[in-house]
Amino acid sequence: MQKLLETFLIGLSTGSIYALMSIALVLVWRSTRVVNFAQAGQAMLSTYIGFEIATRTEIFWLGLLFAIAAGALLGAGVDYFFMRVLFKHAVSGPAAVVAPVIATLGLLGLVRSIVGLVWGGEFKSIKAPASTDGFTIGETTIPFSPLNLLIIVTVFVILIALAIIFQRTNLGLSLRASAYAPEIAQLAGIRTARTRTIGWAIAGGVGGVAGMLNTASNFLSPYSLDLLLVFGFIAAVIGGLESMVGSVVGALILGIALTFILNYVGTSLVFIGGFVVLIVVLLVKPDGIMARGRARRA
Amino acid sequence: MSLNVSNLTVHHGAICAVSQVSIAVPTGKLAAIIGANGAGKTTLLRTLSGLKTPTNGSIMWKGEKIAGIKPEALVRRGISHVSEGKSVIPELTVRENLELGAIWRRNPKESKESIDQVVSIFPRLGERLQQRADTLSGGERQMLAIGRAIMSKPQLLLLDEPSLGLAPLVIEQIFQTIRDLTTSMNLTVLLVEQNAMGALKIADLGIVLNLGKVVAMNHAQVLIDDPAVRAAYLGY
Repeated sequence: MQKLLETFLIGLSTGSIYALMSIALVLVWRSTRVVNFAQAGQAMLSTYIGFEIATRTEIFWLGLLFAIAAGALLGAGVDYFFMRVLFKHAVSGPAAVVAPVIATLGLLGLVRSIVGLVWGGEFKSIKAPASTDGFTIGETTIPFSPLNLLIIVTVFVILIALAIIFQRTNLGLSLRASAYAPEIAQLAGIRTARTRTIGWAIAGGVGGVAGMLNTASNFLSPYSLDLLLVFGFIAAVIGGLESMVGSVVGALILGIALTFILNYVGTSLVFIGGFVVLIVVLLVKPDGIMARGRARRA
Repeated sequence: MSLNVSNLTVHHGAICAVSQVSIAVPTGKLAAIIGANGAGKTTLLRTLSGLKTPTNGSIMWKGEKIAGIKPEALVRRGISHVSEGKSVIPELTVRENLELGAIWRRNPKESKESIDQVVSIFPRLGERLQQRADTLSGGERQMLAIGRAIMSKPQLLLLDEPSLGLAPLVIEQIFQTIRDLTTSMNLTVLLVEQNAMGALKIADLGIVLNLGKVVAMNHAQVLIDDPAVRAAYLGY
C-alpha cells in the first residue's frame, strides 16, 4: 500500500515536468502546425543560462526566472527569425509542411553544438531548492522528497497562471482565436503574426521551467532533456495534440504509468513503456483522450 | 463616395477572378452584389477586407488608398468582413466570439457596451452568451458573426452570403436586420448574395458580376425591374 502511494506521488512529480514540456509542444503545434523539435534545444540553452545564474548566486529561483526569460526570448526568436521567413517562402505544398519541422531539427542540432562548445559535454548538477532526501513518516523514509513536492507545487502554480492567461485575458482569447481560426481572428482585428510569436514565447518560457525542474532532480548535459522532449511529445499525443488540458492529463498519466513500470517491473522497460502507452492510445483513441465524439475540423 | 473601387483586378495564381472592376458606394448605402458561382463576388470582398492583394487597380476608402493593407489594420479603419460560411469560432463561447471583435479597441467598458448593443439587436444571443458557438443553430451563428463585426464599430460592413444554408424565415429576419443596421448605424454595406431577389429587395444599389466583370450596376429597384437581370438572376 505504501509503495503504491509513493509510486503514485513520484509519478505525479515526474509527470508534472512532462506536462510543462507537453504544453510547450501543444502551444506551438496549435498556433503553427509545427512539431517543434527545437523545443528541447531551447529548453536546454535556457536551462544552462538558468544554471549559470543559480550556481553563481546560489539562488535557484533567480536561475529559474532567468531560464524563463531566456526561454521566452528564444521561443519568440525561433518564430520570428525562422518560422516567419520559412512560411513566407514556402506557402503551400509539401515544402510548407516539411521545411519548418526539418528546420526545428536543425536548430536542435545547432543549439546542442553551441551549448557543447560553451559548457562542454560533462554532466552538471544544480543545487536543488529543496531537500532530495525522502520524507520520513514515523520510522520509514519514503523516496518522495520535499523536492518532488516542490516540483508538483511549482508546476501547479504555472498551470494556474497559464489557465488564467488563456481563459481570462484578452491575450489568451487572442491566442486561442488565432490558433483555432487565424483568418477569423485576423478579420476581428487580431494581429495574428504577433500573437503567434507571443505564443512561442510562452511555450519557450514554460520549456525553460521544465528544463530547470528536470535538472534540479537529475543533472544537466547537452542531451539530458532529449527524453523529456520524447515523453512530452507522447503526452501531447495522448492528449490529442490540440488540448492543453489534455496534454497535462496525458503527461500525468504517462508519468505515473512510467514510475509504476520503474518500481514494479524494471528500469529497462521504462523507455519502451512510454511507447507502449503511446501505441495503445493511438490504437484505441487516435484523437487523444480529450477528443469528443466528432473529429475536429481541419 | 466613401468606397471607391477602380479597375480592380485580382488573380488566384494564373486565374483572373476579378477583372477591371469599378464600383462606388456612398456612405450609408447598402449595395447588393449578385452573380453566379465563380463570378468573383467572394474574391472581391476578400480583396476589400485585405485578405487578398489585388494585381492591379485601386481601392479608396474615405479618401485613402487601402489596397494591400492587412485585414487587422483595416478593421482599425472601420472595415469589418463577415466571411462566407458563418464566420464564428466554434470552440469559443458566444461571449468570447463577440469580445474578439473588440479586443483591438483596448477598452473593456466599450466592449461591454457593444455586447449590450449586439444583444439588443439579437436577443437570442443574449440567452446564449456562455454557450459554445458550436451549440448554436445556423441562423444564430450568422447573427453571432454579424454581431462580432458590429463589436469592431464598423463603418463599412462586408457580408459574404449571410443567407447560406438558412431556412427562408430566418433569411428574411437576417436580411431585415441588415437593412435596419445599415440605416440605424449609418453603415456602408456590401452584401454578396446568391439569393439575388432577397438581397436586391433590401439594397439601395445592385451590382451584377459575371466572370469577374461588372455587367450591370444600378439602383436595386431598376435591376429588379430589368428583364435581362430577371431572366438571368432572379429566375423569372
